[in-house]
Amino acid sequence: MSTIAFPSPSEPQAQSSGHIITFDDVHLAFEENEVLRGISFHLRQAETKILLGIAGSGKSTILKLALGLLKPDSGRIEVLGEEVSSMPEAELFALRRRVGMVFQESALFDSLTVEDNVSYRLREEQVPPDEIHERVVEALRFVELEHTLKKFPSELSGGMRRRVAIARAIINKPEVLLYDSPTGGLDPITSTRIIELIIKQRDVYKTSALMVTHRLQDAFTLASSYFDTKTNQMLPRKASDTSEVHSSFMLIRDGKVIFDGSAPELGQSKDEYIREFIS
Amino acid sequence: MEFLSPLQIVKVNVLAVQDYSVLAGRALKNIFRKPRYIADTLQQADLIGVGSLPIVVLTGFFTGAVLALQSSATLVKFGSLSLTGQLVSLSMVRELGPVLTSLMVAGRNASGMASELGSMKVTEQIDAMRALGTDPTKKLVTPRVVSSVVMLFFLTVISDLVGLTGGWVVSVFMLGLDSYQYWNQSYQYLEAQDVTMGLIKPVIFGFIISTVGCYYGLATKGGTQGVGRSTTQAVVAASVLILVVDFFVTRLVMSWFGSAV
Repeated sequence: MSTIAFPSPSEPQAQSSGHIITFDDVHLAFEENEVLRGISFHLRQAETKILLGIAGSGKSTILKLALGLLKPDSGRIEVLGEEVSSMPEAELFALRRRVGMVFQESALFDSLTVEDNVSYRLREEQVPPDEIHERVVEALRFVELEHTLKKFPSELSGGMRRRVAIARAIINKPEVLLYDSPTGGLDPITSTRIIELIIKQRDVYKTSALMVTHRLQDAFTLASSYFDTKTNQMLPRKASDTSEVHSSFMLIRDGKVIFDGSAPELGQSKDEYIREFIS
Repeated sequence: MEFLSPLQIVKVNVLAVQDYSVLAGRALKNIFRKPRYIADTLQQADLIGVGSLPIVVLTGFFTGAVLALQSSATLVKFGSLSLTGQLVSLSMVRELGPVLTSLMVAGRNASGMASELGSMKVTEQIDAMRALGTDPTKKLVTPRVVSSVVMLFFLTVISDLVGLTGGWVVSVFMLGLDSYQYWNQSYQYLEAQDVTMGLIKPVIFGFIISTVGCYYGLATKGGTQGVGRSTTQAVVAASVLILVVDFFVTRLVMSWFGSAV
């Protein structure tokens, strides 16, 4: 990877609890189907929490709730010190500008070019055009796609679209990032590339993140690697490395959290379902 | 296919009316709130106004022409063929101009809005817009509402004029009427009530077309099949609403001018 000078994310405002995101006994049902049954967890500052679970277990729903795109039936959700569960839509727009989200299928605006997609937030904030262009190029350089400025999303591969979505999410230096299956449906090489970008965002810019994934391999790579700024690449964490691990795992089953802890704790779990899930 | 009980059907429809009313209300309120998406509004005005011009001109011309042709058959029996201009003018300005133009624009643009917003909805682009801190009703709905209302007003004026020209072509070249007599009759018998009615209607119909199109687009569920369903529903609902509201607006304006029966 080339050396880049991407600006660090804006400093998160100090949360009284030290938590960036808090879910407290959150319930949500779609008609008869109860998706979440009392979800509670915390996301700490500079931590990346990996959400695991089978398809339909409510992982993506948790991300949408954190962003206020959905409202819980009951329970409390706090993001960056503000309670989003009871916040009106008009007030949520300001909070959402401090959060970046990468959607499962990228959700790029198909009628806009890559440049316009990535710069969308900046144009909404009426940033001067020169500064917009500079920041777009920087963000695209971060995902190694600075040559795609004038292309439309339909002209890009699935992996490139996902990387553009990451560039769009980080353009205004969000305080927290939400990744919804960022490697879903991609080949192993592209997946590793995207995981490397997520690790870089975690280790270099210390951005807190929630990441949904189906791919255990990606999750363990994320937990067992670090980004080396000297060589500008992802390297495996040595067994002797005792520095703080910034990744944790959360496993959801039947709308409930059945595990919330570190990678070694997950590996040592005696729970039959967890053992089967990670095997 | 899922079967619903009568109670569920009532609930679903009441909820739909509620959601539509909320969306229409927010679209109106947004006109007075920042940010205003001027570029999006102009782009939509071009798409709706300039884009619909050919079909509106063609529809208006042939409606006026056929109106002159049909009415001449009856008028000639009473020896009043000279009233053709008056008949074409009143019919076009009061009724056919606004209604037919609106139905054409509904067919073209309510479907376009529903399919565009519906596609954005099913590919999570609407959610992405919200996630990026933009209110989709401000960015997508209000520009379409403003453009539809303004452009339909002017399209109706054009349609009326072209319709009268169609009637003139038939009257002069097929029925052998005097050109001056036709235009004089067309103009002299138009009253304030006719013009008011003819210009209020496109404003209301423009609002109906855009809000119905956007509502069905934003309410889309179920992938590409859902987009197709929304598109059809938008055109049907907008067309039916136009015809129903047309009756009530006509009655209301007639009451204002004291000409109601």
